[in-house]
Amino acid sequence: MIQKSRLHIPQPPARPGEAPDFSYVKISAPGEVPRPDVNTRAMDMADLAHSMVRVLKDDGKTTGPWNPHLEPEVLQVGLRHMMLTRAFDDRMQRVQRQGKISFYIKSTGEEAVAVAQCMALRPGDMLFPSYRQQGLQIVRGRKLVDLMCQCLSNTRDMCKGRQMPIMYHSREANLFSISGNLTTQYPQAVGWAMAAAMKGEDNLAASWIGDGSTAEPDFHHALTFASVYQAPVILNVVNNQWAISTFQAFAGGGREPFAARGLGYGIPGIRVDGNDFLAVYAVTEWAAERARTGAGPTLIEHVTYRASAHSTSDDPSRYRPKEDSDSWPLGDPIKRLKQYLVQLGVWTDKQHEALERELEMHAADSWKEAVTYGTMSEGPGLDPSDMFEDVYKEMPEHLKKQREQMLAEGGK
Amino acid sequence: MAQMNMIQALNSAMDIALSKDPRVVIMGEDVGYFGGVFRCTDGLQRKHGDHRVLDTPIAEGGIVGTAIGMGVNGMRPVAEIQFADYIYPAFDQIVSELARLRHRSAGDFFAPITIRSPCGGGIRGGQTHSQSPEGIFTHVCGIKVVMPSNPYDAKGMLLSAIEDDDPVVFFEPKRIYNGPFDGDPDKPARPWTTHPKGEVPEGHYTVPLGKAEIVRAGEDATIVTYGTMVHVAVAATEKSGINAEIIDVRSMAPLDVATLRASVEKTGRCVIVHEATRFSGYGAELSATIQEECFWHLEAPIQRVTGWDTPYPHAFEWEYFPGQKRIINALRTVMEA
Repeated sequence: MIQKSRLHIPQPPARPGEAPDFSYVKISAPGEVPRPDVNTRAMDMADLAHSMVRVLKDDGKTTGPWNPHLEPEVLQVGLRHMMLTRAFDDRMQRVQRQGKISFYIKSTGEEAVAVAQCMALRPGDMLFPSYRQQGLQIVRGRKLVDLMCQCLSNTRDMCKGRQMPIMYHSREANLFSISGNLTTQYPQAVGWAMAAAMKGEDNLAASWIGDGSTAEPDFHHALTFASVYQAPVILNVVNNQWAISTFQAFAGGGREPFAARGLGYGIPGIRVDGNDFLAVYAVTEWAAERARTGAGPTLIEHVTYRASAHSTSDDPSRYRPKEDSDSWPLGDPIKRLKQYLVQLGVWTDKQHEALERELEMHAADSWKEAVTYGTMSEGPGLDPSDMFEDVYKEMPEHLKKQREQMLAEGGK
Repeated sequence: MAQMNMIQALNSAMDIALSKDPRVVIMGEDVGYFGGVFRCTDGLQRKHGDHRVLDTPIAEGGIVGTAIGMGVNGMRPVAEIQFADYIYPAFDQIVSELARLRHRSAGDFFAPITIRSPCGGGIRGGQTHSQSPEGIFTHVCGIKVVMPSNPYDAKGMLLSAIEDDDPVVFFEPKRIYNGPFDGDPDKPARPWTTHPKGEVPEGHYTVPLGKAEIVRAGEDATIVTYGTMVHVAVAATEKSGINAEIIDVRSMAPLDVATLRASVEKTGRCVIVHEATRFSGYGAELSATIQEECFWHLEAPIQRVTGWDTPYPHAFEWEYFPGQKRIINALRTVMEA
């Protein structure tokens, strides 16, 4: 037999026109994965990176050691946050299609990640999101109007018209400024956490990237520094299977789970059912306890599915089966939490539908208010000369000169 | 006053900053226990502890990325990039993050970081230990880019940089760490004790960023330069017999245009000198600015004396280095026009 080198080109299991196939997703039974003590060495709980923490069963009941035993009222709040996130996304998608905003990114199908995690953390914890964790903004009480004003670049935009839609931030809510560059926030979160430890504070930092972004060098930087200094940080990989049109295997997910990347750094990696609100909450609580007790960083891989397009500029029917989303074996996070609450007897279909309508109305009303503060095409508008502010703390001479020129010459 | 070389002056600045402000953290490769490959942080970890003077992994992107996070969380990191030639892995964090954070968050977040990095050639460093990449950074809005040319400025400017709420890239011309080098490698090395700017106050003082300095007053032509080349230009001018005014830019961004304008309006002739490569180099910005500001006063085309547009060659360092002879030739050219 002749042996020679051979190049491997990863392939997704199904392309448009083919039947969806998720047999590659390794799924543990709910309750199957043990919950180790937070001080366990990473290699002694390596199984966590290769199995999948799950709490919610198919019949809507809970099982196993990871059940966070949350009160029904807390779960109802979580359900509401996820539903509000989805209602907000749907409204923003619609107004983008109407040409009212330039761009939008939905988080449909992966709402549990941001919502459950944010609820499991404390208000003083600093969050370094990527562009698909709008649930963090919702949980931290950012008003839809404020988020919409950012997307509109209007007079109430917290970014003063300087960023594309969805690049929110809030200093008072400890939500870091979102960058359009990928993974840059990962080492920044580690540095923030290092400073918290230096100052003797018990706040932690958490950051989110996607499966594809694990290939960026900043992923390696973040894990190296987090491991070396045992920074109180939670590093999340939201594996929603797709980086725009690129299947996660192109980031190396076809060999080993992304969670397993932590192990080489001595950082516990834990793989969780990202559509299971309770499981996401539980692993975040566990990782937060590690961070706050000096046990160091945790890498969490959330296995989920990007049910909508990457962004409003993307058409996923060109690279994956249309029915993919419906076939996703871990279901929908909202439906699953709803089923649990119904099964508990604290929620009904009727209440659910009423809440859906209420949140849709809330999103619609918020939009109506947001546009009164201006749109891209209609006033009131921002002062364009404001672009020269905040480049430096104090405006240097050359910018003053350029601002004068712009004011004298105008635009277009 | 004490006698200090640039290394001691920089060390003194960091020592004072660490003593004065608990938010200051020094970080970088080999900066801690060892005290830095050029000894700039010598003794600082012993004095201030290993939580404030941090040895880091060899990952420039990680150093700057984590420094940004620390800065956002209220610290004032002073990050050393061991050689300016090694700064490129941190480029994305500097350009896309550090420089723009204040602007993109409408002033709500900022990271007051100083990035120190030894630059320049003349030390047999070949192409990976000799570069002068300042022009790559002056093109980036939102950061300040500075380079001192003597111990007094080094200490005062570093303290200004650390206390500045804007990010500062602080280049240190390593050829003059130990003494003012006039461009003649065959002459015996001269220590900073022979130079008035080697006298440095032991306590706290600052030299403002954004201000150039006239290091030699003159009437016939203006030499605009910075870093090591200040000393080469002074020696070349003395040798040339031309009464040139020499301006040490010190702060490349923001640039002190007023000082340049006043000088060139007076002399009408200008030679720009830097060690970095020429094409799209910082000299192009200086030349364009001076032309815009002083066109009607110019008696001759502006000349640029720079490193050649090649990688810095190990074996042909002194053919590459823009030495006295080339500066004198450029001075004669502007005088003869």
